[in-house]
Amino acid sequence: MTTVQERETIATQFAEKMNEDELLNCMRCGFCLPHCPTYIESGLKESHSPRGRIALMKAVTDGVIEPDEDVERSLSLCLGCRACEPVCPSGVKYGHLLEEARDIIHQNKRHSFPVKTIRKAVFSGLFPHQERMQTMTSLLGFYQRSGLQYMARKTGVLNMLPDNLATMEKVLPKVPKKSEMKNRPTELPAIGTLLKKVAFFSGCLMDTMFLETNKATLKLLQLAGCEIVIPKSQACCGALHGHSGEKEGAKQLAKRNIEAFEADEVDYIITNAGGCGAFLTDYDHLLQDEPVWHDRAIAFKNKMKDISEILVDLRFHEKVRLKLPAQSITFQDSCHLRNVMNTSLAPRVLLQSIEGIDFREMKDADRCCGSAGIYNIVESEMSMNILDSKMEHTKSTQADIVVTANPGCLLQMQLGIERENLGECTKAVHIVDLLMEAVAL
Amino acid sequence: MLTKQVKQLLINIVGQENYDESKVECLVYSYDATPGYQAMPDAVIKPGSATEVAAIVKVCNEYKVPIVPRGSGTNLSGGTCPTKGGLVLLFNRMNSLLEIDEENLTATVQPGLITLDLISAVEEKGLFYPPDPSSMKISTIGGNINENSGGLRGLKYGVTRDYVIGLEVVLPNGDIIRTGGKLAKDVAGYDLTRLFVGSEGTLGIVTEATLKLIPIPETTKTMLALYQDLDAAAQSVAKIISNKIIPVTLEFLDRPTLIVVEDFAKIGLPTNVEAVLLIEQDGPPEVVDRDMKRMADICIEEKAVSVEIAETESDAAALKTARRTALSALARLKPTTILEDATVPRSEIAKMVRAINEIASKHNVNICTFGHAGDGNLHPTCITDARDHDEMERVELAFADIFAVAIDLGGTITGEHGVGEMKAPYLEWKLKKEGIAAMRAIKQAFDPNNIMNPGKVFAKESRKRVVVSS
Repeated sequence: MTTVQERETIATQFAEKMNEDELLNCMRCGFCLPHCPTYIESGLKESHSPRGRIALMKAVTDGVIEPDEDVERSLSLCLGCRACEPVCPSGVKYGHLLEEARDIIHQNKRHSFPVKTIRKAVFSGLFPHQERMQTMTSLLGFYQRSGLQYMARKTGVLNMLPDNLATMEKVLPKVPKKSEMKNRPTELPAIGTLLKKVAFFSGCLMDTMFLETNKATLKLLQLAGCEIVIPKSQACCGALHGHSGEKEGAKQLAKRNIEAFEADEVDYIITNAGGCGAFLTDYDHLLQDEPVWHDRAIAFKNKMKDISEILVDLRFHEKVRLKLPAQSITFQDSCHLRNVMNTSLAPRVLLQSIEGIDFREMKDADRCCGSAGIYNIVESEMSMNILDSKMEHTKSTQADIVVTANPGCLLQMQLGIERENLGECTKAVHIVDLLMEAVAL
Repeated sequence: MLTKQVKQLLINIVGQENYDESKVECLVYSYDATPGYQAMPDAVIKPGSATEVAAIVKVCNEYKVPIVPRGSGTNLSGGTCPTKGGLVLLFNRMNSLLEIDEENLTATVQPGLITLDLISAVEEKGLFYPPDPSSMKISTIGGNINENSGGLRGLKYGVTRDYVIGLEVVLPNGDIIRTGGKLAKDVAGYDLTRLFVGSEGTLGIVTEATLKLIPIPETTKTMLALYQDLDAAAQSVAKIISNKIIPVTLEFLDRPTLIVVEDFAKIGLPTNVEAVLLIEQDGPPEVVDRDMKRMADICIEEKAVSVEIAETESDAAALKTARRTALSALARLKPTTILEDATVPRSEIAKMVRAINEIASKHNVNICTFGHAGDGNLHPTCITDARDHDEMERVELAFADIFAVAIDLGGTITGEHGVGEMKAPYLEWKLKKEGIAAMRAIKQAFDPNNIMNPGKVFAKESRKRVVVSS
């Protein structure tokens, strides 16, 4: 709930801060509608479509309506998948408008005490500090290894959690030990001919909970002919902050990362998480009001590349024999990898070059799975509806493996598999882990 | 504002969950794709059947509440915007494909069905529904019927009107009538089917339609003819048709349009030529090959720089998809794009293209042109900024001139986008006083209380026609 005064402040700030040209750039043709997951899942409600949300942002900016709860609802139900952007002939930067609008609302709204506490703990206390991420992950590791997990599942104490949270607990990966997370290399040589020098963006979640995937990524880069540096002072990308209306926090992290990656002369900066990659690519927008930083952000952004892109560029799949036991696989796009980083072909090229693989394109593979950062926790009903549709398409491919390119998507697809009781015959993996397995054989 | 009583009556019909009067819901149905036009309804309602529609209409007729039927809101003439409050009536719950009858070659649909979903479904059965407005990926059949939408395939196959053979309509008094049927011939009384197609929601509410299907053509080929001279491109159009070749598609795009479309679609469109014609033919392979060759020869004779045939089906599809984005892509240049669809007899297309360019420079406005050249239906689009009032006045003058020239060439003020709110002041230029009076009489007979999409088609005041400079 917002008070009258809060609404007034929000409305004033919309008028001051929202990019009027960008709002006007939407000419309301509606070409985005069939691509919006929330428009479709809500039974074609215009208020849950990109065109509708832009119209609402414009109406608040123009003072036609006040930013009431319904406006806030419409904006918070957006996944931020940005599937509307590549299909927009006018080229409206919807994601930027959404982030600005959410930032204004969240900065001017008094959150309830519990929400405030959680937001502060997560956005200021946890994600910006990698050592705390390690501690949190080790607590999870302790839970998994100590027998607590066994006890929790056995005693049914998990049943007290909402359904999807309880299921989510099951799908979390087996996390590494703290000592493993602490002892990370900072430099690695190329294996074979040196082709490129790259820096690796390790990511807060990827370097803790998904450490194995990061290790595999580094190995693949080495095999592809990359010398790698892993700047120690890098931080969380800030996507979680940016998407949740915590722009200032995101800016601080962006600056830290830009500095960290300026230290070494490299050809590219590599990520293996579409969600992080897209946010890093958008640093120039985030820092647009700070001229010096803006230029540095552009230089940073121009070096960004997803792991799948560089592997294809360096013809990794042609040089290294990739082979797996006969099985069928399908690929679920990471929205931000596809819609913001424009990478959709490279992962498919890599997968199709694995011997023994029967690649089956899933219907609407480019549509969001409903993970969307913490969306599946805060908007769980819509998220689960979207996931259910996704699982229908997954099932009709009859694939043994669902490949993803982002940790959030990976967990969500795993969650979908668990909800459908497909655990026996289907699993979800990160593309890097599958490639590593194919190299090893 | 609706009274408490009316509101309760409406909720009794559709249920609380299908009636909404919140600010947000009203706002998001206050616009369509018409630039700079927006007006709030009092409420939004989603009926689930013809019976519910009839009950709603009865209430509205009794209490004089305006009704604006709305599909996906891709209209370009303000046809789906409220003008006097009232109800916006949505068809989200009436969007089924009821039947594809393979013996009679018909499809029976509810109005909320998305055009492309229908096209895909019938094509799976080897059948063909030709009308393909550029918005077909999101537009609804109900919207297409009410606007009598055209599309890229209009030249050979005609428009929506030519495929609607039966309707179920709720009249403004609440009666439900059925017109036509699965019939190749039917002269029982007035042709009300044709009257309702293109009536822009002013006479009644279409709740079901029977559509004619045809067998799908065996093959399709697509080519691009490139020109350094707009006139030469327009001449080619006239010459292809006078040579008795009717291609499926004969589209024109000028250079500024090519540049923005390429910027969006990135499919390798030429951006260093003044104009292109996008030409498509379908039918038996031998006929298609012969026609394509003859058309290519004509283009070269008419000074095309080159002619390129799309090699694969996906290349051809990419070209057509790109063309469909032309209007929205032009919005990349300036915040406001105002497009018109003045239409002339095919033989006059070169004169029209020339006139548009002269008018643009006379009024000092930036006009890009693309459109269905083969239909004589061009879409001169003004790239402007609604905040620049001085320029907006010049834009209006330029469009008035364009309408005037079109009419002088034996044409019309709108080929496929409808009169709606935006072109109502110009309707008299085309129809004369007597024509408007005849139409008003029809409107009065069906809708004496003027509840159906009021303010559309008929203007309060017609625009004075100034003398056109020659």
